[in-house]
Amino acid sequence: MKRNIPLILAFLAGLLMIVSEFIPHRPFSNMVETLEEWFMIIAGFSIVLGLASLLQMNYQKISTKAENWGYHLACVIAFAVMVIIGALWGMEDQPGLLGQGEKIISWLGKKPFDYTYDNALVPLSATMFSLLAFFIASAAYRAFIIRTFESNLLMISAVIVILGRTGFGTMLTSWIPENYRFWQLPVLADFIMQYPNTAAQRAILISASLGIIGSSLRIILGIERSYLGGDK
Amino acid sequence: MPDIMNTVGIWLGAFFTFAIFSFLYKDNPFYKLAEQIFVGLSAGYGLIYIIYAALMPNLFTKLATDFGGNLILLIPFALGIMMITRMVPKIQWLSRYPLSIVIGTSAAISLLRFLKSDLIAQVAATMINPFATKVPSEIVGNLMLIIGTICGVYFFYFSKKQEGIAKIPSKIGVYFLMVSFGATFGYTVMARISLLIGRLEFLLKDWLHIIK
Amino acid sequence: MSLNTSSVIERRIVYFLLFLAVLLPLLFPIGWGSEVSPVVKMSYDLIDQTPAGGIGLISFDYEASTITEMQPMAVAQIEHAWSRGQKVIATALWPQGPQMAAQSFEEAKRNPLFKDKEYGVDYVNLGYKVGGMVTVQALGSSFKDVYPKDSSGRDWDTLPMLKNLKNIKGLRWICSLSAGEPGLKDWIMIAHDVHNVPVTGGTTAVSAPGFLPYVNNHGQLTGLLGGLKAASEYEALIDKKGPATTKMDAQSVAHILILALIAVGNIKVWIRKRDNAKKIEVKDA
Repeated sequence: MKRNIPLILAFLAGLLMIVSEFIPHRPFSNMVETLEEWFMIIAGFSIVLGLASLLQMNYQKISTKAENWGYHLACVIAFAVMVIIGALWGMEDQPGLLGQGEKIISWLGKKPFDYTYDNALVPLSATMFSLLAFFIASAAYRAFIIRTFESNLLMISAVIVILGRTGFGTMLTSWIPENYRFWQLPVLADFIMQYPNTAAQRAILISASLGIIGSSLRIILGIERSYLGGDK
Repeated sequence: MPDIMNTVGIWLGAFFTFAIFSFLYKDNPFYKLAEQIFVGLSAGYGLIYIIYAALMPNLFTKLATDFGGNLILLIPFALGIMMITRMVPKIQWLSRYPLSIVIGTSAAISLLRFLKSDLIAQVAATMINPFATKVPSEIVGNLMLIIGTICGVYFFYFSKKQEGIAKIPSKIGVYFLMVSFGATFGYTVMARISLLIGRLEFLLKDWLHIIK
Repeated sequence: MSLNTSSVIERRIVYFLLFLAVLLPLLFPIGWGSEVSPVVKMSYDLIDQTPAGGIGLISFDYEASTITEMQPMAVAQIEHAWSRGQKVIATALWPQGPQMAAQSFEEAKRNPLFKDKEYGVDYVNLGYKVGGMVTVQALGSSFKDVYPKDSSGRDWDTLPMLKNLKNIKGLRWICSLSAGEPGLKDWIMIAHDVHNVPVTGGTTAVSAPGFLPYVNNHGQLTGLLGGLKAASEYEALIDKKGPATTKMDAQSVAHILILALIAVGNIKVWIRKRDNAKKIEVKDA
């Protein structure tokens, strides 16, 4: 019961979606609409589960005073602050438990949730990802080395695209006459993107889609069961 | 007061920006603190949005305003609660029921959509007449598109060992993939630099008011 | 000096050079121009050719981490749609999308031409829904069932511009500004490939090459904006010197630095190889 019923449910849900694709009329269309509505609600709870699991992991580290537990405490406090201010005053025009919080807005300029989002979450998130610029510069210097014919192709294409996608590249080859426009860097970069790049990416799409179709079938037919977890 | 708080907010943003950038020198307490605050705030943000934007309007408000008319919503509600039982080892098997519905539905939608959009449509889009245009570069490009796609797919065919003459299309496929990876590297450089520009602009414009 | 220390110093020099390459052009702009790519023009034409009164949808499928690349696209497209008398719906498949949408509308309204644009009449922010592809699929049946309320909790029926909108087929165009999954791919697969609604998109530069196969003779994707450069091209098309355009000089200089670093790195390896070869020759002799 613990394994077979879930397998049957997955099969039925999958079958219903597939049948309704080919017979998009009642009763299948209505059933699918209901299933989609349920899906969104269950998916909402699954995100709650993910967040609860994160908290549980942090709680374990704090309670056992694991290495760097203080930072995990900061994580839990930040989480609690965001949740509490969001629940109390809401965000943007959405009211919270204490309404719109006009008093606090007159003091802070905006709702506490929006204030924290703009002044803490945005800079943290944007800066975290901007670090990658430094790492890619370092990688370009240390690892982007010509060794074989294939790496030559990779290098040539990268150089044309890096130059062609800038104003500097446009300026560099703007002297080339209109009859030979193809050799201007931006046009050449567009050509690479539109033809050889598209061909390769399309090959990846086609091949990956075959894999996805195969694994989807395995899930619906109950051959692939790893998502159910252990045997208990 | 809001003006002062706005300035405080910008200084807070600058502090977090520097705290993250400090990692470039070496790992340090400021970076670790900023990193964990980032995780905590993101999770808190996600929870509030899930409740306000998804669970409240699509479930709780409907049940609160017209319970009798929305009785059927108790089923996904119950399934949602069952999903959370994954946290309790003794009854975590209950989460398999909602999980199987989510996985079964997603698998079927993926199967249908990828079949149509990524397999059939992409194969069809490759069936073009390369000589339909008179522009030489487009003819060459169209030929590259056809040959590159076929050889690329051939390269990903792992069921049989590619040897001798059968290796040639695979090799051509690799060449196309290399050109594409080069282009992707170029675009990745572009993306990462853009993000850095955004942060430096924040420091120069909003924090230091050096540029307008 | 050990090899490890020298490598750390080298890395820090690279970081410092990159910092300068971005900083200096921001302080002292150069003003290099750039050309508009055909795929950006396609996206522009889609919105430009939509008649006034038509409703377009922008899905904000990104978060603050990619705000620099994505936000200028959103603002430019909103301004473009409004300048053509169209109405804009904002949705989001990512939790931070509604905030991004609110900021974009606010930014677009700072333009004196659009300061009178009214919420509920000219634009709405429907907010975030979890579920990705399934959510988009559900929009094919009914918008109202998926979004009984907007992002601020207003009822669907109180928003005048949504009065006649039943499902996804009532839209004239869809643009997914997407930094990953779920995002543009889901809109292409369902909105275009199932319901035949024209879909255009904006992505971070990282994922742009992977979306180009969809720009094909079947019109799966009508144009694509890939990264900040494409955003600046879109701004040029609507005659706006916006946030993307002002950053392009810094982008160019940083690209030149990256190329210089690649060249220096290769020369270094070549010299090392030559020296090693010489050492082996001497040893053999």
